Amino acid sequence: MAQTYRLARGGRIDRASPIAMRFNGTTIEGYAGDTIASALLANGIHFVARSFKYHRPRGIFSHGSEEPNGLFAVDRGGARIDPNTRATTTEAVNGLSLRSQNHWPSLALDVGAAVDVFSALFAAGFYYKTFMWPRSFWRQIYEPAIRAAAGLGRAPTAPDPDRYQHAHAHCDVLVVGAGPAGLAAALAASESDKRVILADEQAEMGGSLLHDMSSTIDGSSPWSWLEQTLARLHSRSNVQLLPRTTAFGYYNHNHLGLLQRVTDHLVNPHPSGPRERLWQVRAGEVVLATGAHERPLVFPGNDRPGIMLAESLRVFANRYGVLPGQRAVIATSGASAYTVAADLLAVGVQVTIVDVRRHQDCAVEAAALRGAGCEVLAGHTVLSSRGRKRVNALLIAPIEAAGPIGARRLLPCDCVGLSGGWTPAVHLFSQSRGKLTFDRKLDAFLPEASVRGESSAGAVRGSYQLSACLAQGWRAGAAAAGLTRERHFKASATRTGFEPVRLLPAANRQGHAFVDLQNDVTANDIGLAVREGFRSIEHVKRYTTAGMATDQGKTSNMNVIGLVAKTLGAAVPDIGTTTFRPPYTPVTFGALAGPSRGRLFEPVRTPPAHAWAVRHGAIFEDVGQWKRARAFPRANEDLQAAVTREVTAVRTSAGILDASTLGKIEVVGADAAEFLDRMYTNRLSRLAPGRCRYALLLKEDGYVFDDGVVARLTRDRFHVTTTTGGAARVLQHMEEYLQTEWPELAVYLTSVTEQYATIAVQGPKARQILAPLVEELDLATQAFPHMSVRTATICGLACRLFRVSFTGELGYEINVPADYGQALWDALIESGKALGITPYGTEAMHVLRAEKGFIIVGQETDGTVAPDDLGLAGLIGRGKADFVGLRSLARPDLVAPGRKQLVGLASEDARTVLEEGAQILADPSEPLPMRSHGHVTSSYWSPSCHQPIALALIADGRSRIGQRLHATTPAGVVAVQVRDPIFFDPTGARVHG
Amino acid sequence: MLLIPCPYCGPRPEIEFRCGGEAHIARPQDPAKVDDAAWGDYLFLRTNPKGVHAERWVHTHGCRRWFNALRDTLSDRILATHAVGERRPDPPR
Ligand SMILES: [Zn+2]
Repeated sequence: MAQTYRLARGGRIDRASPIAMRFNGTTIEGYAGDTIASALLANGIHFVARSFKYHRPRGIFSHGSEEPNGLFAVDRGGARIDPNTRATTTEAVNGLSLRSQNHWPSLALDVGAAVDVFSALFAAGFYYKTFMWPRSFWRQIYEPAIRAAAGLGRAPTAPDPDRYQHAHAHCDVLVVGAGPAGLAAALAASESDKRVILADEQAEMGGSLLHDMSSTIDGSSPWSWLEQTLARLHSRSNVQLLPRTTAFGYYNHNHLGLLQRVTDHLVNPHPSGPRERLWQVRAGEVVLATGAHERPLVFPGNDRPGIMLAESLRVFANRYGVLPGQRAVIATSGASAYTVAADLLAVGVQVTIVDVRRHQDCAVEAAALRGAGCEVLAGHTVLSSRGRKRVNALLIAPIEAAGPIGARRLLPCDCVGLSGGWTPAVHLFSQSRGKLTFDRKLDAFLPEASVRGESSAGAVRGSYQLSACLAQGWRAGAAAAGLTRERHFKASATRTGFEPVRLLPAANRQGHAFVDLQNDVTANDIGLAVREGFRSIEHVKRYTTAGMATDQGKTSNMNVIGLVAKTLGAAVPDIGTTTFRPPYTPVTFGALAGPSRGRLFEPVRTPPAHAWAVRHGAIFEDVGQWKRARAFPRANEDLQAAVTREVTAVRTSAGILDASTLGKIEVVGADAAEFLDRMYTNRLSRLAPGRCRYALLLKEDGYVFDDGVVARLTRDRFHVTTTTGGAARVLQHMEEYLQTEWPELAVYLTSVTEQYATIAVQGPKARQILAPLVEELDLATQAFPHMSVRTATICGLACRLFRVSFTGELGYEINVPADYGQALWDALIESGKALGITPYGTEAMHVLRAEKGFIIVGQETDGTVAPDDLGLAGLIGRGKADFVGLRSLARPDLVAPGRKQLVGLASEDARTVLEEGAQILADPSEPLPMRSHGHVTSSYWSPSCHQPIALALIADGRSRIGQRLHATTPAGVVAVQVRDPIFFDPTGARVHG
Repeated sequence: MLLIPCPYCGPRPEIEFRCGGEAHIARPQDPAKVDDAAWGDYLFLRTNPKGVHAERWVHTHGCRRWFNALRDTLSDRILATHAVGERRPDPPR
């Protein structure tokens, strides 16, 4: 298609840089500097979309981020497809492919348009009324059908190939919006030495100046003033200009989120650069110069292609050199539309103005336009529009003094501008929790009181005079930078003032009068919602969906509020606004995710022998951020076979495990022992240097929080281990008590988890394997018994050698500096080769400990389990007066009968491995709902006992040992015997090897 | 995101901190002597004021130190922060 609607000259486009794009497969032409919207209009294409609910033909409606209709799937090649992209804010780039949405099979011929014929069925709340019955239809029929019909665009299915960056910035003054007010603010602030950021969502800075051909500022035209001002800002080193950057969120303490579109306007962006950059800016002061949005007029058929906001006609003509049509009707209730008419006349458009206001209320501007050859019909209303896929006429009538509508007249036209007044864009101000006030004269909610470090300037404050915008901007910018310099701007007068009209007068209204175009909400829907009892604007919004689409009701909100107020006979401020929530405009998920995807989604921590485990075919499990080897299956081995072999090796010869993920904390200081006595249930001050103890940590509420081994190295130095997942929170827990309850204690806590590699060697041959490697240390039990610790030398390395066991076998845990972990592992494997040393993973570790009835915090405990529930009351130091959690152990509920206690379970069929989480029943024939007596916490096949084993928490479990209970399984209920939780080596002889 | 002035490091973004709830809840000197009701209050009951709230924060991803703050729960404004043990400043009017 050719640019038949492009003016011969004018606009800010670069006519030397022609571009071509595809729209639904047809080539359209444009120039650099166009948006998709201006290029489509230049090619004479007005019908670009189907509406959300009724599938009605729609056209470009605005020129900015408020656009409700012109949404496309924009295809940049490969998997670069963005659905629901606003045509009015997307720069035209050579090679772009655009597809309209929400129609089948095509834009012109859409089956869904049948909805419009039956639209009486689809009034407000139809979802809630229609799909209530029969109940069984919901899952199979209604919900899938609604889901298929819902939504506009289709999300791409391939991964996004682009990169997105996160950036952080601090500044003294952040100015949002680079229209006249924002530019003046930035200019004023930049005269200080303060750091200034000026962000604007458009490709070009200038705001309304970019389409203003008639004003003057200090004797210059708007474009030359803009050029000078931007040059001055560019030249100042304390100013950072961010065009194509939308401030989308205003959060606590002047923290703002900005989305910068870095490459979408480039044909061949650098492949390694980011597509978008998400800025988090912390600003000392913020100046909001976010402008205002024009309101449409509401009348039946106000949505046809060719009908748009009046100011947008002016923007397309002046800024883009695009003729929106040859015969324009401008329907208005305010003065600004007369400037639109004047500018259209100047480019040769035939214009008729239909003004709802009475003659005497628009006399001045009407006289000026009549003088220029424009027909002005004051005191008229619009009854409806005509035209199928583009407007071809408006039906109008005079509003007679007595009220009824007079003789109708059909005004032929090919484009229509609507102006129902202006709504300040207070979104960011309101997000900052600033207080709004309603100004009756301006019919607008305006910023009243800032929370802190914020000021607003220009149209967002309801100031529509150019000179006032400049003056306010300057004052706000100067004040934000701590300056008091005044500056006067001399600017020509701006036509301002409008009369709010919620719904154009009509005697007998027929057809849809749209209030919210994007969600197809009509004036009737609002009336229906109010009649059905909805009073709160938040409820009306949710019931009718007005203001809930991707445009967040930028053009519709004030008309909705006004209509609700009118229907209720209430004042607008009594209705109030809905809550403004971020984001101001849609933000891509890519930008929010930034670099945190794939490998960088979360840090991966690997223990020292990880590479060895990978080489030896380990399968892994995630434990927090750690990758731990779960098992080392050999060829033809499944997991169960591998675990059985690994467990058997530990029981008969020896196994080796990388246990480096265990948390390790050094507790040092003169009061270290006293401190540990207060933190742990055990009396650790009695521990002799060189000895270790298994110890429990409770929260103040008495429930088990973590466990581990506490080793005393010297009088004032302890090495404490924690669970893998608990390392960070145990340190925090200790720090909290040390700093806030007992700051007088001389104790220092240091995390050494990453400093030590911990290799466990467990099994009857463990000592034989270790002995050749350890120097000058007698490993014999008499010299180095179970639960003791030595600093020693192994393979020439200083080590902390623990004689501890989490398997029930003779065992050691060897701590060496982390970088030597692999070397030690290799040496141990070599030393144990002849003795059958076998690497084992976490699965075998779990089976080995469960055979011994050892708990795992987080598996046998869930934050409501006390030491006695686990049968671990013996770990409470006798006679201790206090430790964290002790007092709570005497709380009534913790000493009441019926608490769940840890027991073992054996399936009576000797075959069924129960499911973890299975419920325990006393009598499977009990009527529903049955009582649950507890649940299974751990369950495995035990290679050592040749039977299934399970641990469970069961009400009064210890007194039920020997009883028969039942456990649920997916296949039904199985009988289980309650027994002691220690299945293997009940006397514990083996650890002493 | 709040900007929290750590008394030791200066202003830092909220993600570096963890909130420890209401401040000035003293752990009883001799818990064994506290009856069940009073112990339950100590464990679980906290004020939830609309307005100035004295609370504890820890600079987890910074100096790792605990301190106290006065925060207005309505505006989220932080009126003052101070080290543990220092006298609580009067909130500015
Ligand atoms: Zn700090």
